Amino acid sequence: MSLLRIENLTNTVADKPILKGLSLTLNAGEIHAIMGPNGAGKSTLAYTLGGRPGYEVTGGSVEFDGQDLFDMEPHERAAAGLFLGFQYPVEIPGVSNLQFLRESLNSQRKARGLDPLSGGEFIKLAKEKAGLLGLDMEMLKRPVNVGFSGGEKKRNEMVQMGILDPKLAILDETDSGLDIDALRVVGEGINAIMRKPDKAVLLITHYQRLLDYVKPDFVHVLAGGRIVKSGGADLALELEREGYAEVLA
Amino acid sequence: MTALPLPTRRQEDWRYSDVESVAPLWPLPDPVAIHVGAGEQASHRLLQDAADGAVAIHDYAIHVEAGGRCTFHLLNIGGKLGRVTFRVTLGKGAHFGLYGAMIGGGEQTLEIVTSVTHAEPDGTSEQIVRSILGQKAVGTYLGRIEVARDAQKTDAVQSIKAMLLDRTATANAKPELEIYADDVKCAHGCAVGELDRQALFYMASRGMEPQAARSLLLQAFVAGVFDDIGDEAERERFDTAALAKLEALAGQGGGA
Repeated sequence: MSLLRIENLTNTVADKPILKGLSLTLNAGEIHAIMGPNGAGKSTLAYTLGGRPGYEVTGGSVEFDGQDLFDMEPHERAAAGLFLGFQYPVEIPGVSNLQFLRESLNSQRKARGLDPLSGGEFIKLAKEKAGLLGLDMEMLKRPVNVGFSGGEKKRNEMVQMGILDPKLAILDETDSGLDIDALRVVGEGINAIMRKPDKAVLLITHYQRLLDYVKPDFVHVLAGGRIVKSGGADLALELEREGYAEVLA
Repeated sequence: MTALPLPTRRQEDWRYSDVESVAPLWPLPDPVAIHVGAGEQASHRLLQDAADGAVAIHDYAIHVEAGGRCTFHLLNIGGKLGRVTFRVTLGKGAHFGLYGAMIGGGEQTLEIVTSVTHAEPDGTSEQIVRSILGQKAVGTYLGRIEVARDAQKTDAVQSIKAMLLDRTATANAKPELEIYADDVKCAHGCAVGELDRQALFYMASRGMEPQAARSLLLQAFVAGVFDDIGDEAERERFDTAALAKLEALAGQGGGA
């Protein structure tokens, strides 16, 4: 069944049209990659789906797990099972990662009518997911992303994804800023957390290299605010070899 | 008691104050004197949590003799006027530390007014003040530092930050230095800001309700001010009172 159905989506950012009729469907169990040149609207798509203020929807529709996505506030989208991995994770001085994540998880649980996790249960879960991504527990005691390197921030995003256990992850350039080893760890983390029959991933990336670890079922090219070409995993290789201009010509 | 005339806003120390509210209390009693002897250590604190509509004025005259240390923790949250003033004189190698938070809403006027005189060499002072102001509250920090001619190697730090929850709230911060010695360090920083919108979206994207996200950011902003209170029960009392005031403020719908 379709987890995310985007139909003819248009939007503006600061009154400037960015998405110009984008359609895309993700079924449960699928991993889709979106590639495309700079300025194509890739990050705009991620932020628009996440509900970031300033990203105005002007037309089209998005259905997420049977619900109208745009009927929900950003925190309600998260509680419904949407996770947005940020290209530039935000630093929050004075708030520890653990506190941040526990509040987030328990807010989501509350919205779903579940009891909050106890401190002990939460720490156990956090340890497990941090271990999966090779992030030191000590890092989770520190303020959110403050003083983290680019790679640590991206690992931290994946630890958060592991703890929140979403149905759909939209990962905006999660591979940028990662060295080769970190790329492998993050790729394996994405597989371990999200490669499941009831989940789906939308990977936004510039490069083929993450796709060596997270094998996409479909690859789409986003250009000029629309999906202009779709194919299988080999499309990414073709793009890498020949460049966007050649493939889109 | 001195028969001084009522203060007016033309006086620097009262520039942003609610002078009308002071009249019933005038003339004010003499300041509370705190005397820290040579080489002694003293820690003091005040949780100013007067009832709504009350006027609370606390004046302190602090004298720290050579090598002594005095720290003062202050939470200033109560009354329609909550005003706390410090007149501090430091001897050779003496230290004064002020760690304060002001949290105000409604039409509260909250003030911290300090005047620290480094009278002799090698003295240090540190003042850290965090203010959170909503609705029509006014929060003011006036901090004067005077370094006497002989007070070489003085090191004075002021870090003043305010967070405004509404466009109608006001923060005033005015460090003022009068330095007569030539080998001193006086660092001061002031910042007035609003809640970080990017952080709020980040927190929402993880499922946190807007109210909880705001509250967490505000707690983080004042976090740490009372960390050095040695007595755990007292530290708890200050943290709890600050949190309760923040929650009351959020509950009144003040916010970005």
